[in-house]
Amino acid sequence: MADVPSDAPEHCPGTSSDQAGKSSACQGCPNQNICASGAAKAPDPGIHAYISIWLLKLVSSVYKAIVALLDVDICGPSIPKIMGLEGEQVHQSGSGWSPVYVEDNLAVMSIGFLLSSPDDAVIWRGPKKNGMIKQFLRDVDWGEVDYLIVDTPPGTSDEHLSIVQYLSGAGIDGAVIITTPQEVSLQDVRKEIRFCKKVKIPIIGVIENMSGFVCPKCKNTSQIFPPTTGGAQRMCEELNLPLLGSVPLDPRIGRSCDEGKSFLTEVPDSPAAVAYQNIVQSKSSKPQQASLY
Amino acid sequence: MQQNKRKLNKGNLHQVKHVVLVLSGKGGVGKSTITTELALALIHAGKKVGILDVDLCGPSIPRMLRVGKPEVHQCDAGWVPVYADPQQQLAIMSIGFLLEDSDEAVIWRGPKKTALIGQFVSDVAWGELDVLLVDTPPGTSDEHLAVLENLRKHRVDGAVLVTTPQAVSTGDVRREITFCKKTAVKILGIVENMSGFVCPHCSECSNIFSKGGGEELAKLTGSVFLGSVPLDPLLAASLEEGQDFLQAFPDSSTYTAISQIANTLLSSLDA
Repeated sequence: MADVPSDAPEHCPGTSSDQAGKSSACQGCPNQNICASGAAKAPDPGIHAYISIWLLKLVSSVYKAIVALLDVDICGPSIPKIMGLEGEQVHQSGSGWSPVYVEDNLAVMSIGFLLSSPDDAVIWRGPKKNGMIKQFLRDVDWGEVDYLIVDTPPGTSDEHLSIVQYLSGAGIDGAVIITTPQEVSLQDVRKEIRFCKKVKIPIIGVIENMSGFVCPKCKNTSQIFPPTTGGAQRMCEELNLPLLGSVPLDPRIGRSCDEGKSFLTEVPDSPAAVAYQNIVQSKSSKPQQASLY
Repeated sequence: MQQNKRKLNKGNLHQVKHVVLVLSGKGGVGKSTITTELALALIHAGKKVGILDVDLCGPSIPRMLRVGKPEVHQCDAGWVPVYADPQQQLAIMSIGFLLEDSDEAVIWRGPKKTALIGQFVSDVAWGELDVLLVDTPPGTSDEHLAVLENLRKHRVDGAVLVTTPQAVSTGDVRREITFCKKTAVKILGIVENMSGFVCPHCSECSNIFSKGGGEELAKLTGSVFLGSVPLDPLLAASLEEGQDFLQAFPDSSTYTAISQIANTLLSSLDA
């Protein structure tokens, strides 16, 4: 429904307003009951919360979406370096903290921007980390955003519980789970999947990273991290989850991350870049609700 | 009974000669791998070793040593560790042994993690050990502080820091070094893991995760560089199966690298 429908009375508060259907101006309006029930409220457009890094670059550059990346790895914030934003600072204004922009439509926030030296350690227990995450969500002036992507540390602890709790009002579209092929990784990832189920986060799918390496000299493929138990593919089959794609190892990925350059721009024809493109294309439309199984 | 009470009073770490933390700021660099391989190398050198796995959300040690899911028993002094070998040279404690379902997620906030780690440090009857290795999750948070607080009464020899060669990894490990300095933990040295990959087909070496970062970090921070461990699919496969890589592949360059690191570590502990 349009925010002010054509048959609305004068002084209509707007269908998305908290006063929709309830203000005195609504009396006699044909839409009053619908608005009062809340059904007319437009779904919050801002928060499609994924967990990934490169996907967002594609989404922002290719699909021209407005993307925000929130780094909640409080102890090990890698995003500033990977995005080429080391040394950038966060500015405060009347409307809150300004995120750091990679491009006009790609904003980033990380505790990395608040540390004065690359040697600074964030030696914080859970409650303090939670407080920081809350501030990131509450005080950062993100503006209008199509996709908020949240990068998390490994584990199923304070950061994960807090981000889920704090975003519950906005609604989380889902999680993208990253694994490498070997069982030692899958073993932990299954726990992460259980976590998502417990906190009722839909799983958009799984990405298998570091999935094979093609030798640049002889072009033979080696499984450096061997999928001894069938890799992400078997796990996804067993758990009835979508396998979004597999990204092969490419030394140029590491180099791009270290140099803060966009791997997708630097080496667009790499098999890894192609893999990322395919992953985003398969999910570029409004994400379907993954099953909560 | 009287003897046991005396042992209890002295604490379960009383007969542990050396305690070494295995740390990294970064996830996925191979802390558990390096902990496992160091433990095996030390055992092959005739030492009695313990591994305390305080990665409560992602305990990898049980699988890497193929100890399955045995029951953890109690004795007068506390919990009996799980032994990886019949000769009881390698003792392990991990939350992995306490979970009924191995896929069960440990969704705990800091205080609960801190409490269990306190128990792991104080209430496991390690007995006589030459070296207790403590495998940690990435970061500088509850688990790390809990380990240090509970080890306060006992000497911590220091920490081995694991990184991969990339700047994104060493960037986090620098913070871990600061953590060690702030908490007065001696840095025994830096290990650079995943340091180059030699193609088994043509022997070309590819620096998949960049090159040299570990050594540079050691120079930058005035730390000892313990050595580099290459990316080796045979090592990865051994860990998958819980096989003793050092016994299976003694002629590999990875074996040489790990043995040298273990020997250097032992020398600095015994010095």
